[in-house]
Amino acid sequence: MLPVYLADDEEPARARLKELLADVSGEVATRVVGESANGLELIERLPASGARVLLLDIQMPGISGLEVARHLAALEVPPAIIFVTAHDRHAVEAFELNALDYLMKPVRGERLAAALKKAQAAEPAEGERFARASRASREYFSVAERNRITLIPVGDVVYLKAELKYVTLRTRAGEHLIEEPLVAIEKEFAGRFIRVHRNCLVARERIRGFERGKSGAGGEDEEMQWNVVLEGVDERLPVSRRQWSTVKAAVPEAKA
Amino acid sequence: MLSIRQNLDADALPDFRNLGVVARVLILVNGLSAACALLDASSWAAAFDAIARNAALVEPPLIATLLALYVVAPWLLRLPYLAGCALVAAIALSFLWTMHAAYGENAGGGLQRALGIAAALTLAVLAYLRLHRRAHSPALAEARLQALQARIRPHFLFNSLNAVLALIRRDPRRAERTLEDLSDLFRALMSDGRSLVRLADEIALIERYAAIEQLRLGDRLRVSWELDDAPVDALLPPLLLQPLLENAIYHGVEPGTGTGDVLVRIERRDARVVARIENPFHESRPGHVGNRMALENIRERLMLFFDAEARLESSVEAGRYRVEIEIPYRVSGAGASP
Repeated sequence: MLPVYLADDEEPARARLKELLADVSGEVATRVVGESANGLELIERLPASGARVLLLDIQMPGISGLEVARHLAALEVPPAIIFVTAHDRHAVEAFELNALDYLMKPVRGERLAAALKKAQAAEPAEGERFARASRASREYFSVAERNRITLIPVGDVVYLKAELKYVTLRTRAGEHLIEEPLVAIEKEFAGRFIRVHRNCLVARERIRGFERGKSGAGGEDEEMQWNVVLEGVDERLPVSRRQWSTVKAAVPEAKA
Repeated sequence: MLSIRQNLDADALPDFRNLGVVARVLILVNGLSAACALLDASSWAAAFDAIARNAALVEPPLIATLLALYVVAPWLLRLPYLAGCALVAAIALSFLWTMHAAYGENAGGGLQRALGIAAALTLAVLAYLRLHRRAHSPALAEARLQALQARIRPHFLFNSLNAVLALIRRDPRRAERTLEDLSDLFRALMSDGRSLVRLADEIALIERYAAIEQLRLGDRLRVSWELDDAPVDALLPPLLLQPLLENAIYHGVEPGTGTGDVLVRIERRDARVVARIENPFHESRPGHVGNRMALENIRERLMLFFDAEARLESSVEAGRYRVEIEIPYRVSGAGASP
């Protein structure tokens, strides 16, 4: 029996899917291992549910189906995702470009059976494909552990710093390691984060000002340089000589 | 066939009780009078003197004429076009005559000259109003109204059908009722949007619409109706309120995970009907442009039906989004057709 998870914010829509799953059980035997009415709850519960297939609505409150799919793709064993959507022109365009599987509401039993069979056989899609299908930038960063996904609201991020293989994501509350190139993040959230250094992006709205200080590790010939003062963290981050004019122009209200 | 014949027969006096018409007449006459003063004057200072002098001569008969037209407006509309024009000219000239006699020496020129100028001005105003009416002729207005006719979001149709499918086995009676509600809604959507409807009918329609949304959204949607003071006999363009409620639910309730409170209040304030719809405000919803378009659409329909006498305002206050529409309270069709 194929374990299936249902996500739709409308109760009647979930009820309808359950009816249809029962109708097609002769072709594809399934059991429903969980259901959620919003994306956050889904991300919290799905990893432990053992679901192999996720029937996922796109238009959900809080966090959209496309973003949910992107976070889930980072799981060690991600579920196969079948999108279920009412008429949504943009979503349909995005699907066609990326050839993901999707069903249109109202869903027909035979289409559902076909999609389930396909999903059973298919390799799970990469998060990158969902990223391309989604037009809006994410609301959350995610860190996937073996059986758990931690979401970090984009608005909580103070700075992102690249170190060797990982990017350290710093919030007021703590640090997380994510595996995404800084360049991609800078591009996705255009304007929200400012590059202050080759290896560092800071949240524009967290900048409180700039101060003169010694750079990093010290030494006799160490030059004085500008550091950025951020709300919520005590650290001062160096602004590189190359970025100084850009940073200063982007944050005119901050005091030097 | 009657309506087509009426469309061709577009010449008719405007409703002189309409604020827009009154404003246009005032602006046109004063503009022409100021232009004449400018043409005549040798310097800027002289021009201002001349404008003031002209205004003193023009304003009293102009305002008296507009007041008189306001009084006789309903009767004037029933006259044939040319007879109506003659009556308007007669009113204007007789007031000028009276003023001229009262001003005596200060009237600045002979009576014949003044009468000639006034007659020319009256004709110019009537010709302008006729042209304006032609440009906004019922035929054109109808085409524009049909283009502006409220369209329901496909998202709503398919989600509703899906919800009905889910009900058919569990609760066939509720499924039947929902399909009946959907039918009424679509009948209204597909009817032509030219004639005014009673407020009672529009309220029944938005209640059906809300019932369908309630089925889909369950506890997440809570609509409070404040309709005790609603003037149910008032006339308004069809589907004026439904798109506002649809917006409130789409932008205010669907993006939230908790319960969304929507308020619908319709009341009469003297000679005005005021409808207000409130919903929770969600900042970062990408579809907000769609909301502005829907509001512009309604604004234009209001303009076509009521000219300058309707008002539409939206605001955000304390986390609530609020739209308010104000239209004249009318129970018969007089002056309300586009």
